[in-house]
Amino acid sequence: MKNILIKRLLQLLMMVWSVGSITFVLSRMLPGDMAYRIAAGRYGDDAVSAAAANAVRQELGLNDPVWLQYLHWLGELLQCNLGTSLVSGNPITAELQHQLGYTLLLAAAAMFLSAVIAIPLGLICGFRANSWLDRGGLLLSTLLRSQPVFCLGLLLILLFALKLSWFPVAGFNALAHLFLPALTLGLSLAALSNRVIRNSTLRVSRSDYYLFAKIKGLSDWQTFKRHGIRNIALPVVAFMGIQLVGLIEGVIMVESLFAWPGIGHALSHAVFSRDIPMLQGTALTCGVLFVSINTLVDGCCYLLDPRSNRTC
Amino acid sequence: MLTPLPKLSYGQWLGAAILSLLLLSAWLVPLLGHHQPNVQHLQHSFAPISTALPLGSDQFGRDMLARLAAAVRLSFGLSLLCVTSSALIGVAAGVIAAWGGRRLDALINFIANTVMALPGLVLVLLIAGIAPGSFAMLYLGISLTLWVEYFRVVRASVQPLLQGPELQSSLMLGFSRWYLFRRHIWPAIASNVLTLAAFGAATSVLMMASTGFVYAGLKPPTAELGLMIVELFPYFSEASWVLLQPLCVLLLMVLGFNLLAGQKA
Repeated sequence: MKNILIKRLLQLLMMVWSVGSITFVLSRMLPGDMAYRIAAGRYGDDAVSAAAANAVRQELGLNDPVWLQYLHWLGELLQCNLGTSLVSGNPITAELQHQLGYTLLLAAAAMFLSAVIAIPLGLICGFRANSWLDRGGLLLSTLLRSQPVFCLGLLLILLFALKLSWFPVAGFNALAHLFLPALTLGLSLAALSNRVIRNSTLRVSRSDYYLFAKIKGLSDWQTFKRHGIRNIALPVVAFMGIQLVGLIEGVIMVESLFAWPGIGHALSHAVFSRDIPMLQGTALTCGVLFVSINTLVDGCCYLLDPRSNRTC
Repeated sequence: MLTPLPKLSYGQWLGAAILSLLLLSAWLVPLLGHHQPNVQHLQHSFAPISTALPLGSDQFGRDMLARLAAAVRLSFGLSLLCVTSSALIGVAAGVIAAWGGRRLDALINFIANTVMALPGLVLVLLIAGIAPGSFAMLYLGISLTLWVEYFRVVRASVQPLLQGPELQSSLMLGFSRWYLFRRHIWPAIASNVLTLAAFGAATSVLMMASTGFVYAGLKPPTAELGLMIVELFPYFSEASWVLLQPLCVLLLMVLGFNLLAGQKA
């Protein structure tokens, strides 16, 4: 367990370093003199003079050699001093706090929906492998996997919001607003995970120990409860770690599509408007989310399979 | 390389057929007179399907057939570039890491772990932010995220191979490393690398469309699938059939690559 935590901590540090470095390069490549730009941001466009720009230059050390500025940049980053947005002028941390809540809500709802869809479907397909239901599940999963998550979202919008008018397209106050984005993300996650559950179930149900448990007289349900659940769950939970990439990427796309005011939406907008501090903040938050949920998955694997101290 | 035509399953044949059909039509369409994807005819916006415009036209009266063909060529080109460069780099890095001693291994592993610490799309968006609308940055970002997969798979399968008796005895017979790679290592990793390449192609097509969709990728008026989808979306009630076209093409492309990759997901 300690090894897992140390590994993840290292990953976190490397993530912070790479995001910081890329955004540092980005900030140097913006057109115009940086001192003038910051002065304009502080004192208003009319009050910018060479004197004001020079004062800013002195204060922020913009005359220092690049490597010193780079170290300074990383130092600020480690102190969680993320600066203010170039667009809205608000502190980044305040904006991120606001957005993170929405993103977590969406991600949790999507995970819940995908579990509700994928677990029963995967189990049924696994216990009745190669039936028409199993084949249908494979076909449906392949079709869902083959479209980017925003295509799926568009199709759901066309169907539920515009043709049937059951759910609103965009907005973020009521529970009804959450449904379509969460369903989009949940479906695209479930498309892959139901196959993983199916394969895991098939493997367990054909195994010797499962057969033996039935032969010794346990009922179907008892066999499943005592010998099935934990063994089926292990590869599924380990797979969730891999699927996390899909979750984070899906959050970015789905939030942009539904104008859901979360981290991903802010990230794509920051790229569009070249708002470097915001870009850095949102990318960092995505990275932190990624690493922390990964750690959670590692912990679950460890709890599920105490036999070995392996890192899954 | 050394094997003749590998045995493909029905699904893989289907995938190959879809892809070759798409490729063929994307190259044939300009020869048939639809070679101007960006010329506007505002009086013909959302023109219905006709012999002159077999797939109709978009909100600026641009020829949808020509635009789709251009977008497919662009996507194929990008995925080909990304897959070849990331496969080359990834395989080379994997073999070097397994073969080149502990320090080199640790170094390459460190780089790979740094790349993997961020979800791929976040990294691509970050790099795309450096020079918005640039094909080169998109290519760089996508390749940077893709090579790690090859590296990990190749390194893991080459490491036990190097300790095996076949390779050890070949090494003692004095064959060069390049020969050893071709004779012993490549046949062992080829099928995995090809599977990864097909998945990688699907991923790169999706990533390009995704960046286009959030307006962080290539800029209008480039004919690019994600960009076309997001541009046409506001007009869905007037012309849903036009919006469905890039959606279907994108779906077919990714489906083709996924089918080609086979079941080893």
